[in-house]
Amino acid sequence: MGQLGSQQTLIEARGISKSFAGVEVLRDVDLHLYRGEIHALLGENGAGKSTFAKILAGVHRPTRGSIALNGDVVEIQNPLAAQRLGITLIHQEPLSFPDLSVAENLVLGRLAGSPWSKVPWKEIEEEAAQLMTLLGVDIDVKRPMRGLSIADQQMVEIARALASDSRLIIMDEPTAPLTPKEVETLFSIARRLRDEGRTIIFISHRLEEVRALCDRVTIFRDGNKVATDTISNLTDADIIRLMIGRSLREYLKKQDAQIGDVALEVKGLTKAGYFKDISFAIRRGEIVGLGGLVGAGRTDVARALFGIAPADKGEILIKGTAVAISDPAVAIDHRVAFVPEDRAIAGIFRTLSVEQNITAAVPEKISNAGIINFSTEHEIATDSIQKLSIRLASMRQPIGELSGGNQQKSILARWLLTDPEILILDEPTRGIDIGVKAEFYDMIGELAASGRAILLISSELPELLALCDRVLVMSEGRITADIPRAEATQESIMHAAVPRSAEVRAS
Amino acid sequence: MSEAPVGLNSTVSATHRDAAPPRPLWQVIFVRPETLTFVLLVLAIFAGGQLSPYFLDIRYILDSFTLTAELSLLALILTLVIIAGEIDLSPASAMALSACLFAYAMSFDWPMWICVSIGIGSGLIMGAINSALIIGLQLPSIIVTIGTLTLYRGLAQVIAGDKSIRVPEWYIGIDKVQVLGLPAPDLIFILAAIALAFLLGMTVWGRQIYQTGTNETAAIYAGIRTRRIKAVLFLATGVTASIAGMIFISRLGSVRYDLGLGGELQMVLMAMLGGTYIFGGRGTILGTFLAALLLSVISTGMTTANLLPATQLCVLGVLLVLSIIATNFIYSRTQR
Repeated sequence: MGQLGSQQTLIEARGISKSFAGVEVLRDVDLHLYRGEIHALLGENGAGKSTFAKILAGVHRPTRGSIALNGDVVEIQNPLAAQRLGITLIHQEPLSFPDLSVAENLVLGRLAGSPWSKVPWKEIEEEAAQLMTLLGVDIDVKRPMRGLSIADQQMVEIARALASDSRLIIMDEPTAPLTPKEVETLFSIARRLRDEGRTIIFISHRLEEVRALCDRVTIFRDGNKVATDTISNLTDADIIRLMIGRSLREYLKKQDAQIGDVALEVKGLTKAGYFKDISFAIRRGEIVGLGGLVGAGRTDVARALFGIAPADKGEILIKGTAVAISDPAVAIDHRVAFVPEDRAIAGIFRTLSVEQNITAAVPEKISNAGIINFSTEHEIATDSIQKLSIRLASMRQPIGELSGGNQQKSILARWLLTDPEILILDEPTRGIDIGVKAEFYDMIGELAASGRAILLISSELPELLALCDRVLVMSEGRITADIPRAEATQESIMHAAVPRSAEVRAS
Repeated sequence: MSEAPVGLNSTVSATHRDAAPPRPLWQVIFVRPETLTFVLLVLAIFAGGQLSPYFLDIRYILDSFTLTAELSLLALILTLVIIAGEIDLSPASAMALSACLFAYAMSFDWPMWICVSIGIGSGLIMGAINSALIIGLQLPSIIVTIGTLTLYRGLAQVIAGDKSIRVPEWYIGIDKVQVLGLPAPDLIFILAAIALAFLLGMTVWGRQIYQTGTNETAAIYAGIRTRRIKAVLFLATGVTASIAGMIFISRLGSVRYDLGLGGELQMVLMAMLGGTYIFGGRGTILGTFLAALLLSVISTGMTTANLLPATQLCVLGVLLVLSIIATNFIYSRTQR
């Protein structure tokens, strides 16, 4: 390979696939990266773009496939190997040693000499200062990293990439924490690096940034590469369509439910740094979706509603009465239930029995004056296991031995036992096999039909479209849309979810 | 939903990835740390029997157990603290301070109820200090209780100086009192073990201790008030320390600031030997009970065999390390 028009190929990835715990997250991705281009990777959450970038940077190793650098096949075993090959990954929130100075961070891992030789402080600082001048940024290299703005920390990372003469610099959502002015600085530096012949991979959700900066774009969907093209050949609509273009699954169909009185109402809920001015209402029998990109603040709203991290301001009304939900026990008393996103961290008691996991939130149902009635517990758990068709070998086996889907069903069973009127589900089908997913969709429909109010947080657009009566969309801590079922499309949700830097920041 | 519901005992061929097969029954029963402790106990008694025929006499074992009954009592409550995912290294010091205050009060011939209130009250306050620092300020319990371990011991020395505080004759000799054919301290230990085993194994509260220690975040999400549970445990440890102190004084007849010095090592050792998992969530009162007996037999055996105290300390250290290795190994086999 090599020549392609006037373009020289720097990296040639062939058939890259990656599986985590048997789940394929990247499938046969072929990609050429040219010298001196800024290449955007786009896709929904979990589409595989970050995984691909991390494979290039040696963080993950591909299950299959090969990577060639300047025509030679290379093994990128670890981040250090990537560094030696001239590939640097710049993290969104850079990992560094906060108590060391900027200059020390810059030379980390590159200091030569014996362990006992004197550290050449002066040279280190001079070199660091030179790099900063080269980048055109004004950072005192003797200052500790701690206290530097995130933008400045990114600059230090970029400087480190330059110091090791990186040929490929990967920026994974670098602009998310930056102000517009800092974004401009970052872009001008990125362009200069490109003009020097370096290659930059730019991962972002913000279309206009991609348009402003990048030359070519590759779009990922469900672990596949669906398109690579010059950015000017694609309209925004094209890009969004390519990002989401899944066909709606037929079996996803919401059951009809009687929509009743308002069960939960939220007015002006605010938590500094997480979400702002959140207002919405959910009626009995209604499924309200909460869409948006990861980090938009959806989970934080749910955590506030459930009392795990209460909001600073605003009102929560349950059946019309204002309530103060200070911790989850209070929320449970108000018949609110929350199935959290991260099962392993906030859901299961891994080493305890399935039975104990199911009855964890209803101690009063399995006990008399604080003493556990084991046969009652057994009956209750058996009943739940049958209702949700949880598949297991024994109710007394540790829940950690069950598959992900059956663990998730057990957690749902736990919450159904509290007989909730308001059920918050945070990514309930993540990491679950397709078959079990369908069961979950049926169950969610049935729960609404039985008169419960359901708030469904999901990053899977088809799931939101198929199940919800309305879809709220959050972006950067605010609700940006409230779309009724009839008008909800993947495009309308994505449009509200993708941050429009200028608009949002102006407000 | 087309699948047939699957309950317990159903002969489902748990298809590929739904669930791991259950462990065979013999493993559930025998591959557990308590079994190991029990086997060691039997071995220790037989080994002791080789040294001295007294070892095969249950009376001898019961009598010698009074020497470690107080620390064993504390090890029981410490077991709950460790299962809840925390640690308390201060009870031996708390016991000394509380005992000094108690004996000091008695030396003024104050009414007994005032002396007891002072003793128990001081234990409660020390427990409250620990919980305020650990739960209120969210500090790591290992560091906090190393601090209060030193502090309580230091205060005891400030109050008592280097002298022994004697207690009245009538108060001395709890270990010579026989109830139901058992020395009183042994009986107190056995009753406490039964009560705590019931609490831990049969009540919601005990269940929530395990859940807190297994995954505190999940416990909070399930509406379990984990902070309250831990606070109660630290308070209970303080009170138990003061009760242990009162038993100790009665047995010794006087108290010095160095009462039970280094006792925290033995308590932790008992809990670990009994299979309590140092990272929380696993362990039983039965295990600690057996380990306390085992340790008593070993100590008595070593003394009978005329081992130097320093050598005995080495043996305890080795035991502690080995018990942690064994427990970890067993749990890693059963945890998937």
